[in-house]
Amino acid sequence: MTTTTHTHTAALALGDDALVLSHRLGEWMGHAPVLEEEVALGNIALDLLGQARILLSMAGDEDELAYLREERAFRNLQLVEQPGGDFAHTIARQLYFSTYQHLLYARLASVEGPFAGLAAKAVKEVAYHRDHAEQWTLRLGDGTEESHERMQRACTALWRFTGEMFAPLDGLDLDLSELESAWLESVRSVLERAGLAVPEGPRTGAWRAGAGRQGLHTESFGRMLAEMQHLHRSHPGASW
Amino acid sequence: MTNTDWPLWEVFVRSRRGLSHTHAGSLHAPDAEFALRNARDLYTRRGEGVSIWVVPSSAVTASSPDEKDPFFEPSADKPYRHPTFYEIPEGVKHL
Repeated sequence: MTTTTHTHTAALALGDDALVLSHRLGEWMGHAPVLEEEVALGNIALDLLGQARILLSMAGDEDELAYLREERAFRNLQLVEQPGGDFAHTIARQLYFSTYQHLLYARLASVEGPFAGLAAKAVKEVAYHRDHAEQWTLRLGDGTEESHERMQRACTALWRFTGEMFAPLDGLDLDLSELESAWLESVRSVLERAGLAVPEGPRTGAWRAGAGRQGLHTESFGRMLAEMQHLHRSHPGASW
Repeated sequence: MTNTDWPLWEVFVRSRRGLSHTHAGSLHAPDAEFALRNARDLYTRRGEGVSIWVVPSSAVTASSPDEKDPFFEPSADKPYRHPTFYEIPEGVKHL
């Protein structure tokens, strides 16, 4: 493959991560536990949507890619498509993903390449997402008995989706094992400070054919896509 | 779910260097750290500020509406307290 094709592959994968997580966070609108937190989640969703637009435009037409692809053509991580669940699940998903995204963008911003410009801008947004998730993890883990139990359940449930983030991706010329050890160290430290047990067990599924990056998605993703795409598909070519 | 357990905070935003913090509004948050973050999301997301203070609303001592007259009325009829009795020298544009 040429360098351009590799760049497309990586842009599509990272763009899909941002798009899908943005939609998942958007599902909280009107439902968040408190108004202030709803605005915070909405802000994070909008940051991610902005990143998705830039990344998908690098890979093709952003609207076509977002609204007209079938499930198997999406290249996002399975982690970001996991349903919001209770608030603890949303926070655990945020903690795992934004720690990864922050480390990734910091590295992409520091080297010359097609993603340096986007990463330099997005790394500041993502630093805030990471801080938001860490702050909540500390408070839920070290809060009431119920919040602790829910947060522990969420961290454990999502643990098996965290290995995929560090699988090699065409177009990303990075030392992923270094990224992974930085991620593990950071997440461990937050969980320990929150009084939560670092989950044990495998960090990937047993399915050898791959996961989200290969277009293999989990059950709820199809329903999410149907909701995300139905308006565009019902009114093809419609515009404001 | 109720948020009545979360205390109320007053938010002050400095819009740019050289200006003082001004009251922007209030919000609920479980603690000061989160009050600061919520304030960032609620009051500065369109580039409104360079610095934020949050203060527990319970720490604010306010003048009472009942004391309005003794507090503020006496200043209404003392125009000599305003610097309006001076001739403005010619050529002074920014007074």
